[in-house]
Amino acid sequence: MTTTEIAPARVRPERRVVARGRGPRVVVLAGSLVVLALAVLASLMIGRQTLAPTTVLAELWRDGGGMAGDIVRGLRMDRTVISLAVGLALGAAGALMQALTRNPLADPGLLGINAGAAAAVVSAITFLEVTALRHQMWFAFAGAAAAAIAVYGLGSGGRSAATPMRLALAGAALTAVLTAYANGIALQDQRSFDTMRFWVVGSVVSRDLSVMADALPFLVAGVVLAYLVTPGLNVIALGEDTGRALGARIGRTRVVTAVAVTLLCGSATALAGPIAFIGLTVPHVARYLVGPDQRWVLPISMTLAAALLLVADTAGRVVTPDREIAAGIMTAFIGAPVFVALVRRRKLVHL
Amino acid sequence: MSTSSTVLGAGRLGIGVLRLGPLSVRVHRRGLLVCLLLVAATLGAVLASLVLGDIQVGLPRVLLTVFGEGLPVEELIVQDYRLPRVATAALVGVALGMAGAVFQTISRNPLGSPDIVGFETGAATGGLVAMLVVDAGVVGTAAGAVVGGALTAVVVFSLAARGGSDGLRLVLIGVGVGSVLLSFNSMLIVSVNIYDAQGAGVWLVGNVAGATWDQVAVLAPAVVVLAALALLLSRALTMTELSDGTAVAAGLPAGRVRVVAGAVGVAMCSVAVAAAGPVAFIALTAPQVARRLTRASGPNLVASGLTGALFLVVADHAARELFQPRQVAVGVMTGVVGGLYLAWLLTREWRSGRA
Repeated sequence: MTTTEIAPARVRPERRVVARGRGPRVVVLAGSLVVLALAVLASLMIGRQTLAPTTVLAELWRDGGGMAGDIVRGLRMDRTVISLAVGLALGAAGALMQALTRNPLADPGLLGINAGAAAAVVSAITFLEVTALRHQMWFAFAGAAAAAIAVYGLGSGGRSAATPMRLALAGAALTAVLTAYANGIALQDQRSFDTMRFWVVGSVVSRDLSVMADALPFLVAGVVLAYLVTPGLNVIALGEDTGRALGARIGRTRVVTAVAVTLLCGSATALAGPIAFIGLTVPHVARYLVGPDQRWVLPISMTLAAALLLVADTAGRVVTPDREIAAGIMTAFIGAPVFVALVRRRKLVHL
Repeated sequence: MSTSSTVLGAGRLGIGVLRLGPLSVRVHRRGLLVCLLLVAATLGAVLASLVLGDIQVGLPRVLLTVFGEGLPVEELIVQDYRLPRVATAALVGVALGMAGAVFQTISRNPLGSPDIVGFETGAATGGLVAMLVVDAGVVGTAAGAVVGGALTAVVVFSLAARGGSDGLRLVLIGVGVGSVLLSFNSMLIVSVNIYDAQGAGVWLVGNVAGATWDQVAVLAPAVVVLAALALLLSRALTMTELSDGTAVAAGLPAGRVRVVAGAVGVAMCSVAVAAAGPVAFIALTAPQVARRLTRASGPNLVASGLTGALFLVVADHAARELFQPRQVAVGVMTGVVGGLYLAWLLTREWRSGRA
């Protein structure tokens, strides 16, 4: 395993500093948008009662009654909307985290941020009897933020930057502590345990769409900050000393990125519970397609992550005959093999 | 019995030879002293756990009761409730401490412990499948745990083996595999009714409350046999800490030693999980603490096992009494404390400039 010591960047005389990926980036972006549209359509079509694409499209345009209309505009539409929002947020958060920490293994699940949110939510349910989902969301935010700060503090030494290994291990430590704590509390009380066992799985089946309205401003704020910070992250990718020499404000970039990650992870976790591995794997695919320029990695990560979550959720509906498998479990089944493959590579992808 | 100290130059300081007629054993003196102290401390913790509690039973009464001379009520509290629980905690602690020492030696990495690299999670998955899907009894659950732990170890090791075996790679692959298994465990927990789920949930956190003599009767021989096997491999394991080339030059099949020791280690941690569920962090911390106490090279198997026993007995007593009238599962205590220890380990590493 190599540490991600960044080789001195070869700055060419011309203005373009970052390498290009495969193919024209606009084409890649358009392609990933098409993939996303297909995933949305599939999510509206497929389920216990699979509908034809024409039926779905027809039901979207007219406000007809009947069973098909109820199916499309009812639960399936809610799930699709939540998957979209959560997927976008996780894709953006993953891309930001990996760029900021220059760590190919950064992911809200592995780094304990989800566990922080979970521990806070369980505490709120048990000690403060917070039953409304929209109130639980605030606790998810607070927990995610605290965990993000803790893991970055643990994973990065005073002088050295956080290496991928150290961050992954700090995340493991944090996850273990918080999970033990959350379990310890939940097991004291049947109602808490029942709530928690469904919550920790991570699901886009919403019981309360008003949460969506609550979470949306934070999600949008997170995405906006993410876009604002992309040039700064591109400079960080050159290495800190180079970045400073170029006059970048590394400290400010870090803070803004951390705030964006917290907003994104917090709202995603509040909406769907802890969903791991999407934020980890998708940015790698994005970088493979368009190279390391954050301005392109970010939108492509977002679209592909949303598509992946939609596919995971849709597959979970039909993979077993008589019961659904929650999206959070499907993402682990799809994402973990990719993670293992990444680790097995002789050299981790340089960021 | 005489201990003759044969000082054989640097690096061998503190090694004595214990002769007993024709037999002789090399003994690391400080290590021996530490082990004796650990035995004393563990016994003390066991007695404290029998005496203290919601209902106090004085030490003389406890000792009388242990030897079958107590009143019925004392029999109930000490013999039927506290003693099997403490014995289970101690045995599970020994198994986890030793298994941790074996794997940390094999992977040359303190984080190569079965609780970090997913072996305990895998054993838990096997146990859960037996418990919730097959609806097997206690024996079936234990068998499931052993099978699950073994399968997980095979998967993790074979994935980590190719492309240059590397301790850290093993750890990260183990973490990845462990995450999938955790998800799978969560899926099982949500797929059953709340009563089954809660029972499984308590087991899943790691718990020795409600241990019975029947369990101890199975656990004790298993741990003793596996511990003996591990001790037989101890010298060879110490050699594998050298580079592979050196070990082979010394006439030791390093690869084969690792495989055999790994099998014993997996069996140990699976047996522990079968008895008490996947108790977190004992396997990680006990060998580390033991090594710092003995300052000896090698896996320090005996000291690690004893440290594990001491930790788990103390942790379980805390879990039993700290939050009265409620009790928490012992895994909650070890998870919180062990996680903090891991965090401290990381901070220390960056201070000393490694990692």
